[in-house]
Parts: sequence; structure tokens; C-alpha cells
Amino acid sequence: MNSRERRNLRTGLLFVSPWIVGFFMFTLYPVAASLFFSCCDYDVLSAPIWVGGMNYRDLAVDRVFWQSLNNTLLFSLLSLPLGMILALLLAILLNQPVRGRGAFRAIFFLPSLVPLVAGAMVWLWILNGRLGLLNQFLGMLGVQHPPQWMSDPLWTKPALVLMSLWGVGNSVVIYLASLQDVPRSLYEAAEIDGASAWMRLRHVTLPMISPVIYFNLIIGIIGTLQTFASAYVLFNGGGPGRSALFYAVYLYQNAFEFRQMGYACAMAWLLFLLILGLTWLATRATRKHVFYQ
Amino acid sequence: MRIFLIVALLLSVSFVAGCSRRADDRAPGGRVIVSYWEKWTGFELDAMQRVADDFNRSQDRIEVRILPVSQIDVKLMLATAGGNPPDLAGLWTFSVPDFAEKGALTPIDAALQRAGIGRERFIPVFWDLCSHRGFQWAIPVAPAALALHYNRALFREAGLDPDRPPRSLAELESMNEKLTLVELTRTGRVVRLPYAQLTPAEQRSHAFMIVRAGHLPQEPGWWLDLMGVWFGGSLFDGRRITADAPGNLAAFQWFRDITAKYGIENLRNYGATGGNFASPQNPFLSGRVAMELQGPWMHNFIGKYAPDLDWGVAPFPAADPAAGKDTTLVESDVLVIPRGARHPAEAFAFLAYLCQREPAEKLALGQRKFTALRETSPSFFAAHPNPHIREFVRLASSPNAHAAPRLCIWRECQEELRVAAGNALWGMATPEAALAQVQERVAWRWDRMQARWERVAEARRKEWLDRELP
Repeated sequence: MNSRERRNLRTGLLFVSPWIVGFFMFTLYPVAASLFFSCCDYDVLSAPIWVGGMNYRDLAVDRVFWQSLNNTLLFSLLSLPLGMILALLLAILLNQPVRGRGAFRAIFFLPSLVPLVAGAMVWLWILNGRLGLLNQFLGMLGVQHPPQWMSDPLWTKPALVLMSLWGVGNSVVIYLASLQDVPRSLYEAAEIDGASAWMRLRHVTLPMISPVIYFNLIIGIIGTLQTFASAYVLFNGGGPGRSALFYAVYLYQNAFEFRQMGYACAMAWLLFLLILGLTWLATRATRKHVFYQ
Repeated sequence: MRIFLIVALLLSVSFVAGCSRRADDRAPGGRVIVSYWEKWTGFELDAMQRVADDFNRSQDRIEVRILPVSQIDVKLMLATAGGNPPDLAGLWTFSVPDFAEKGALTPIDAALQRAGIGRERFIPVFWDLCSHRGFQWAIPVAPAALALHYNRALFREAGLDPDRPPRSLAELESMNEKLTLVELTRTGRVVRLPYAQLTPAEQRSHAFMIVRAGHLPQEPGWWLDLMGVWFGGSLFDGRRITADAPGNLAAFQWFRDITAKYGIENLRNYGATGGNFASPQNPFLSGRVAMELQGPWMHNFIGKYAPDLDWGVAPFPAADPAAGKDTTLVESDVLVIPRGARHPAEAFAFLAYLCQREPAEKLALGQRKFTALRETSPSFFAAHPNPHIREFVRLASSPNAHAAPRLCIWRECQEELRVAAGNALWGMATPEAALAQVQERVAWRWDRMQARWERVAEARRKEWLDRELP
């Protein structure tokens, strides 16, 4: 490295230094500190006391921890596939050459622009057991006893799933972009070979957009497991029987309401490992089905 | 290049300096600025501002500046941990033990003694709620006590004497049956009747819709965690967590009996139709519930949203009316001096000012509450907008005035109790099972905290003695 290169390197480093300093101070240090605190009895106000693996052992027998993990996994299991299928269907429909296509696209994207908390307040009324729009609609369809979305523990998670489906606009946009990337020539070739609409979808569209489906799956796993705002606003404290107490909400409670920062840090690390594991699993499982051009 | 480096260096130095030190803490004229974080906004804040203005005018050494802060307990915790807290903060009584035990507050015993302020000046329960582990941490301002609020017009409509509120829980429940209005189909016609006039078969069938409730524990349901006090229960005996004590169990059984009586589905439907608390659709203000447990603030909401409501106030009746006479729950706003406050002595001067009758009464009148002081001037009650304020003061002074137990783990304990109360109320667990789970989880946590306290107790006590105000 000659002196000019060294100077260039120094200048370059200086230019990115705000980011580097920020990364070390506000990301790397807190992450490392949280790993240390997860092995401490730490209430933020007094000095941390090293307790080794106690927080992790306590978590293993904490019933509420397991319940919150169950709630979150169940929610993800419902919300993620439904959301992905719905988003793909909407994207395919919005990709059809119909009049007012632009307006439809805007309408379906609109909910993702609404701030989460404001949206949750609206959903509070849509889901109201007696006066809510949803139950009025179900009543018109002849449902005798529509579900009490907010007060029946059986229905709180489906309520949150419904709400999450409302915000699929983001994925729709991503699918739409990739759908438009599929070469027309492939469809034409398939048509000449006598492929039906379903077969074109199955054998041309899906393989061609598989990297985007994979991307949405990974982002979806990460996002749904960390769901916080909607559950926190709709069911402050976890709802009836803690049926809507999500992992991130219980973590928040421990950190900021119960002042058990060490315990909360341990929860955060377990969630990180869980997401890491699931992402790895998803990558492995889909490896054979994702095609890159 | 060199200039760029120097500018960057200067900028980062000033940035770091800006983070670590607060702005000037002297007002023009050399007065010491006491920064005061308050949780209230609206008219409560305005009232405190007027009192602070009076204080600022009354001397030329100190200037109290109030900053309204949301989520004050979280922000105070972080600011204190970061070594940059305000000089004063407005908390609630139930957060005092937690903050005190974790070393986040400044003990004020010696300063109180020098200023001649002691327990005898206050309604005892409020003074005691500000102490923890043998030290005094806060002074109570603007307390509250709870009482039964009832709709006199609905009493008359149901054929009850509006001047004769219930005196025992059994009486409350029998009035409840007369005040609860249900709609059902009888021989092909839709009729509205008091629950008491249904046939036993109709009552059992739950085939009705609740139009109006007499009384429901879940309306507003803010104190389900502490309802045990009306049944002679307590959550802590000074050493042990006693969540599963018979009194608490009786309260949970009462919740369960009410849902079993009126029907879970009916009550869910009824509950779904209540509007926001601060709105004309508030169930009590709109006459959809005839009796409810509330504090002196309710008067403000009545004045704002239902000025024509004909209402009364009475002690919430206990299960055993003799032993539980004048049972109530109390809590209070308190002012504390956080650890690391830069002007603790000046902050204390304002606390001492608030312990005087005149400013305390001015604050209470402005916030439409009462004072924590034992003595009240005769003009106070005459000037007070709430016609029932005397009743709240009387209840707060009763030997049966209870409060949340002084536990540093109260927030967790409360969360467990609320979940358990909901489980009992909505039939998701038997009262016994619900409370057993609370007992198990909270006692376990309490033992942990005790063990931790014993490790640091000696050091903490010494530290607190050293940290007394100069």
C-alpha cells in the first residue's frame, strides 16, 4: 500500500466513521452488553450482579414465558402462510390488465401506510364483539353467535391474524414487482405448448418468483416472531387469560415494567437464537425450490 | 483535510459534552432552577403550575420548573440510571418501594425532621405509604380514596330509596338484581324487566340480554387485584405473600358467582357496548351501570359529560359490614427526589412548601382532590366543587383504609392478580386455581427479591444514611 492509497483509506474511513462509531456505540455495544446482562441480575438502577445461567434456568420453568412463546408461534403459524398466500393472490389479481389497476394497487397498499397504533385503534372497533363492523357483517351472513374477538381467549389470536392480513400491502408490492419481471416469452412458450392458466402459474410464475417468495418467508418469520405493537395496543397486558401475550410484549414487560432487565436480555437472546434457527431451517427446506436466473 | 479533521473533532467533542451535561441550571438573577417532572397534563398540571408559581414568587432563591412527562416511571428509571435525573419527580405511592429499594431515590428523613414535618401532620395511611425499609422517601400530595358511586335516579326507578345505599355486600347484590335491566322474549313478545322479576327458569337459562347492569366488579374493573380488602383479605403479611388468603379467595369467588349468575356470553356482550371512559358513553355516566367503585376524580367526568346526573357517594360495602366498616382503597400522588438530583436541598424546599396547609389546599382544590394533611381549613370543604369530598376524606382516615402492599415487586404482583382475576371472572379457572398460581409465582419472585435484599441491605442502609440531604 503506497502513501496515496493509505491516505485514500484514511479519508474513506473518516467519511464512514459516523456510521462506524454509531454501529459500535448503538448496535454492537448494546448487543454485547445484553449478552452479559442476560447472565446478571440487573434492574437497570443498581449495578448488575453476575448470576451465570440463572435467568435461562428460570425461563425454562416460567409458565408465562412458554405461554408467550406458544402464542407467538401459533400466531406466526397462522399469520405467515395466510399473509403470504393472500399477498400473492392479490398481486396476481393486481397484475391483470383491468381498468383502474393503478387505483386498486394504491387501495391495497394504503393500509401499510397507516401508523400501526392508529390502525390498531380502528381495529379495536372493527373487532368489537357487539357493535363491531366484522360481527355486524357476520350477523348479516346469518352467524348466530359471532365470536367475541376481544374477550374470548379462543379468538384473540385470530383477531390479531386478521389485523395482520390487513397490512399485506408491502408484500403485495414486492410480489408485483417480481411478477412483472417474469419474461413474457416463457408464458408464450407455455401457451403454445398448451399449458392452462393454472399450469402457467404453477410451472412458470411460481418458479420464476421463488426468490421473492423465499425473501418474504424469511422477512415474515423475523417479523411475525417479533410482533409487538398490534398485540400491545389491542391487548395491553396480554388480553383474556394472557391468550394474546406475545413474546415481545412479555419481554417488554420484564424489561420496563418489572425492571428485570437481565431476564429480558436472556429472553431477547433466546428469541434471536430461535429466529436464527428457523431462518436456517427455512433456507435449507426451500433450497431445492428456489430458482435463480 | 486538516480543517475538516479539526471541525469533526470539535463537533464530536461538543456533541459528547452536550450529552453529559444539562443546560444551565441558573435562572436569570441567579436563582437555582429545580427541574420537576410531572406525570399529569391538563387541569391537574395547571393546578400544580399555579402552586409552583406561588412558590417561585414567595422567595428569590429557587425557581421550580415543571415538565410534563409521559410514562414517567420508565423515563425516570432510565434518567436516574444514566445519572441525569430531574431534581423532583411526581410518582404514585405504589412505585415508591420499587424505586427506593433499587437505590433510585434520596431519603428525606433528616430534612423532614429539621423542617419539623412529621407523621402527625398527615393522614397516617398516606405518610406510611411513603416510607419503606425504615426510611421516608416521598411526601404525599393529592391523594385519593375509593367509594361506591351510585345513580340516584336509577335507584328511584327501581323502587329503591336513593338515600339508602347498600350497607353490606349481600345488600349490594340484592339491589343489583333490582337495578339490572334485561331484555328477553316472553310468550313471543320482547319485554324489558329487572333481573329480579325473571322466573327462576329464565334466570337459569341466561336467555336474555343485559340492557343495564346494577353493579359489576369489571365496571370499571381497575381494582380487581385489591378487591380482597372488602372481604378481609390482604396480599402481604409483612413477611410473606398471602395472595391465597381466604379473604382474597372470597373476592375471586364473588367475581365468579356474578358471571355464573348473569351468564358469560351476556356479560361479554354487555361489556362490548361500553364506550371510552372519558366520554359521554362511559357506562356510569350514560346510566348503563347503576353503581360503580370510583375515586373523587369521577366528579370531574360527571361535570363534563353528564352534568344532569343525580348521583350519590357511599362507602363501598364490605362482605362483613361490622368488621369492614368504611373499607376503602387509597393511593396518592407523591413527590420524590431522585438519586443524583443536582439540587436536592432546593428541591426539598418545595416539598416542605407543599406540606403547608395553604398550598396543599390550593393544589387539592385545583386538582379537585383532597389533601393528605390531617387538618383541613373549614373553607376548604365549602370551596370544593365536589359535594361529596368530605366522605372521601372520612374514608381515607378510616382504620379500614387499605392500599396496595408496599412491595418492590408490586407491578408484577398486580399483573399476576389481574390476569388471575380475569380468569376467575370469565370462568377460565376456578378461583382457587387462579389464586394458587398467583401465590406460586409471586411468592417465588418475592423470595428471590428478599434474598437479593439481604445481600445488599447493610450496604444500602449505610449508603442511605450517607445520602441524607445536607
